[in-house]
Amino acid sequence: MLNKKTLDKYHPRHDAAYQLIDDDGKPQSKTWKPSMTDEQILNSYRDLLFERTADLMAVSYQRQGRMYTYPPNIGQEAIHIASGLVIREQDWLVPAFRELGAWLAKGVSLREIFLYFKGNEDGSRFEKANRVLPVSVPIASQLVHASGLGYAINYHKEKDTAVFAYVGDGGTSEGDFHEALNFAAVWNAPVVFVVQNNQFAISVPLKMQTKSINLAIKGEAYGIPSLLVDGNDIFAMHEALSYARQQAVEGHGPFLIEARTYRVGAHTTSDDPSKYRSKEEEELWAKKDPLKRLKGYIAHAQLDPLKDEEELIAGYKRQIDSEFEAAENHPEYKVEDVFSYMYHEMPDELKRQKNNYENYLRGAK
Amino acid sequence: MKVMTLVQAINDALDIKLKEDKEVVVYGEDVGVEGGVFRVTEGLQVKHGVARVFDSPLAESGIAGSALGMAISGMKPVIEMQFDGFSYPAFNQILSHISRFRNRTRGKFTVPLVIRIPYGGGINALEHHSESPEAYFGHTPGLKVVIPSTPYDAKGLLISAIEDPDPVIFMEPKRIYRAIKQEVPAEAYRIPLGKAKVLQAGQDISVIAYGAMIREAQKASAMLKSKGHSVELIDLRSIWPIDRETIAKSVRKTGRALVVTEAPQSYGPAAEIISVINEEAFLSLEAPPRRLTGFDTVIPLPMGEKHYMISPERIAAEIERLISY
Repeated sequence: MLNKKTLDKYHPRHDAAYQLIDDDGKPQSKTWKPSMTDEQILNSYRDLLFERTADLMAVSYQRQGRMYTYPPNIGQEAIHIASGLVIREQDWLVPAFRELGAWLAKGVSLREIFLYFKGNEDGSRFEKANRVLPVSVPIASQLVHASGLGYAINYHKEKDTAVFAYVGDGGTSEGDFHEALNFAAVWNAPVVFVVQNNQFAISVPLKMQTKSINLAIKGEAYGIPSLLVDGNDIFAMHEALSYARQQAVEGHGPFLIEARTYRVGAHTTSDDPSKYRSKEEEELWAKKDPLKRLKGYIAHAQLDPLKDEEELIAGYKRQIDSEFEAAENHPEYKVEDVFSYMYHEMPDELKRQKNNYENYLRGAK
Repeated sequence: MKVMTLVQAINDALDIKLKEDKEVVVYGEDVGVEGGVFRVTEGLQVKHGVARVFDSPLAESGIAGSALGMAISGMKPVIEMQFDGFSYPAFNQILSHISRFRNRTRGKFTVPLVIRIPYGGGINALEHHSESPEAYFGHTPGLKVVIPSTPYDAKGLLISAIEDPDPVIFMEPKRIYRAIKQEVPAEAYRIPLGKAKVLQAGQDISVIAYGAMIREAQKASAMLKSKGHSVELIDLRSIWPIDRETIAKSVRKTGRALVVTEAPQSYGPAAEIISVINEEAFLSLEAPPRRLTGFDTVIPLPMGEKHYMISPERIAAEIERLISY
């Protein structure tokens, strides 16, 4: 279990990732007990499988020309599913753009996600999700929002509430990463920063991004307890996130987790990773696949034979297809959708521009 | 009624809103203990406490971005960019998020915050302390840009800005922070955003300006009185939304227009105002509308500033040129 002592042992300066199961899913220690119940473990496996299936299908919809640019999640799902387990209804989720499983756990619908990546702002309405910010495209800029949300939690004296904010390895080079960490620390804001270190910022490898020993060490400079975690080990991620949340809501301020993982897919569907990385490297990381490791653990612990997996996937595919069809059948984008959401009340100048355009459309018919 | 400077009127508006609304917080660099480098927030921390009026770390992007986080959680932050030239590090937050969050989330999250920026030259300051960046903000969809020229307007406009459900850039002409004193009501009052004010009715020419240029235009107008020239002076008060009607009505009447801004010329607010005139009053024009603006140069350091700053004499010369066109 994580505590002050283990945190010292895993101080980022040692550059040793916190890990609980090996590449085959076998526990590292005989005395270790997971922080998740058996039911949570099995549900997590299904959620992970669902995320992977949805993600692969999203890529295929894009390839079919039915969706625009999409950033695949494959390989990083353990971080997302563990986050989904730890983040509560009252907590804020501040995403970057590669946290599919966490969004779903928070109540964002797959239909909305598809709609967003098909190019419609309606996909960011998140109608049934509480306290989830929209996708943030400018790298790391969302993190300072998290610090402000944390200030507001303290200001409103909200009990048992935290902010979970996500960024990639490349994002740690941005000024906003540093400003956000500093503000959250100075304000003692209950923010859990999660750096998904998937080794690449599009094509740029981590060693071109930083000279630091790892990314977790950057948190320490701001006085933020920070932990390097095996991001493909869902048990380690669950423990780390739970501990971080507890620290935050108990008034100890922010926490930073570097989740070391690998972006198995492309940066987005517009990218071709074969240009900048080797097959050998990809094969090395394939051995650490989070789904495979969790499956290994379940077999090892004899929790469930998971015999119905193919049937399960077939059911998921039907569900995902129907969500995608719902996104495809979304009402047409209207002229008023361009103008109506810029201000609480539409300024005369916007009304004029809208009217002029509508008059043109009427005349053109 | 109390006689106040612009600084005092802004301080009064902040004080009133801090008292009225527990969700209002005021923060930025040196705004707490010191009361701001211009003393605009003086005394507010003692009155309202360190959780509501405070010094933040020195990072403008962090200040602006964290304010967005507060605003979407129901708070109403009023943040300060210490100087015009220091607002640039916050551009990404202002242009990419603060102005867009309502649209991006189809109205689910709104960003009711105010960014106060002391702006403009004429105070013998260092580089980056004398800029007029209002065009950048006026060009950014989703923002409102407000610029008072008097203590009375400053108080009424700032109260409206804080109560506005959308982000407002509130630019304070620092050169006249203490130059003008005016009677200001003690109680709260509101001046609608996006509405210009005809400061002085006239027949021969419309002079359209805002901020510190108003005082210069008033001086120019007074200089021309003896020559029998009657100037209609419009204080725009909001760069965006822009009050087309007031501009159009005035120029249709006078047939001549001069726009005065301290900001550089190209792609600036004066170009926008002249477009409005051309679109709305073309057939009433007796002369091509003209603009008198800052040069398309960096505003010079204090020794050279006199060449850049627009004097009443230059305004008067332009008015005469237009009247005799």
